[in-house]
Amino acid sequence: MADKVMSIAEVVGELRSGMTIGIGGWGSRRKPMALVRAIARSALTDLTVVSYGGPDIGLLVAAGRVRRVVTGFVSLDSIALEPHFRRARQVGAVELTELDEGMLHWGLLAAARRLPYLPIRAGLGSDVLRVNPELRTVRSPYSDGEELVAMPALTLDVALVHLNRADRRGNGQYLGPDPYFDDLFCLSAARSFVSCERVVDPAELRSGGPAQSLLISRMMVNGVIETPHGAHFTSCVPDYDRDEAFQREYAEAAASPQAWSRFRAQYLDADEAHYQRAVS
Amino acid sequence: MIGASRAEVCIVACAEAWRGDGEILASGMGLIPRLGTWLARRTFAPDLVLGDGEAELVGEDGVEGWVPYRAVFGIVAAGRRHVMMGASQLDRYGNQNISCIGSWAQPTAQLLGVRGAPGNTINHPTSYWVPRHSRRVFVDRVDVICGIGYDQAAALGPPGNRFHEIRMVVTDKAVLDFQSPDRGMRLRSVHPGVSVDEVVAATGFPLQLPDQVPETRTPSDRELRLIRDQLDPAGLRDHELGR
Repeated sequence: MADKVMSIAEVVGELRSGMTIGIGGWGSRRKPMALVRAIARSALTDLTVVSYGGPDIGLLVAAGRVRRVVTGFVSLDSIALEPHFRRARQVGAVELTELDEGMLHWGLLAAARRLPYLPIRAGLGSDVLRVNPELRTVRSPYSDGEELVAMPALTLDVALVHLNRADRRGNGQYLGPDPYFDDLFCLSAARSFVSCERVVDPAELRSGGPAQSLLISRMMVNGVIETPHGAHFTSCVPDYDRDEAFQREYAEAAASPQAWSRFRAQYLDADEAHYQRAVS
Repeated sequence: MIGASRAEVCIVACAEAWRGDGEILASGMGLIPRLGTWLARRTFAPDLVLGDGEAELVGEDGVEGWVPYRAVFGIVAAGRRHVMMGASQLDRYGNQNISCIGSWAQPTAQLLGVRGAPGNTINHPTSYWVPRHSRRVFVDRVDVICGIGYDQAAALGPPGNRFHEIRMVVTDKAVLDFQSPDRGMRLRSVHPGVSVDEVVAATGFPLQLPDQVPETRTPSDRELRLIRDQLDPAGLRDHELGR
């Protein structure tokens, strides 16, 4: 049985500039931040990032890694507007594919099912169709003849998700209230990497929660990375809540290039071990 | 009992948006709408289904269901929901913007993004909560159409628009709706202590004005007790109005 455990650096080594990367979680919840931080430190450029956006988007955009964001929102939840993303949009530093949240879900469903598109009502009559002129509608071939948006598949090169537990083979378990769309991100991607709070043996995985908590199957996964506290400062319930004080510090670092340089030097520029020591 | 505060009048006005909705998911974005959903269920809309802000549905005696985000999008598509969202801009036909201000290509102010507004408004009843009624919010044209209004729905035509309904707009000054011949925004009631002229002056487009504009109903003693003693004992409601 394949042992898929790998390091953060090995995951980054698998990535290439220009790739389309999907990131799991939602807003400022259960984001694979250890992997995001490593990408922010890398020399990768021109990434397209698909995400229900939170500080994953803000951090990667601030670090200059991203050409295009595909999302329905970017928010820190308790801080409604993501300041790093705002700044990038307002100076025109990042391209945006702005979709209704349900359209993003449908795009992942289409990709995961290897369909070119799925019809959806969301988007009709709204400016989502104006600002994404490549989007097309489709007419039902049945007697109703209804016109719907043909949401194209959001096919990913790589998916990055963070779960509470995983085994060495890539079975992943979430223990919080919501699976978000992490399994869909994995199925939509050519290759998927699962970071987790703890790598455990299969017996502990089984005893850790009901079978329904085993959200990610090893058939969807190419690599497993143990990153304790790796979703910080986003929430990873029940292991830990969002670090609201640190999130405020992160948000305030968007105030000026100097503030951002200081924040980077203090927390981000070294490695994950340094980051974890600095925030503990 | 001490008379109702403006925030308490607003909570009751929000609650009224869900009157008659029956057994559907009532989603309130923001504290005042959320308190409205809880008040509605404790009084005149006992069948409403309410979430906890995460993935659980909470009945009067505890958790009664589980709706992670993926299930919420299914419920939206099925139409079993009435949401009250916020609005950074609203126009006379109820088009709503929460995406950005200025040109979409390079906004002067990036806001949340369209979120679920396009899907909500095309699939099920939607209402809006505006904590500061002003010309900044009530504009002639919104910069980005996120939630679609009645002119957009009319242009779409049937069958695509058959689930579209903008029920109500509740602000810190008034209640508005679209029950007018051309589906333009109508002043439905003014809150106690607010004049019609004040609302007209704070609105950046001509409002439809009935001959007699009634006053928004004040909370009953029972409603006030529920709000003050059970739903918001910490008194967070007064902060959201920013006064």
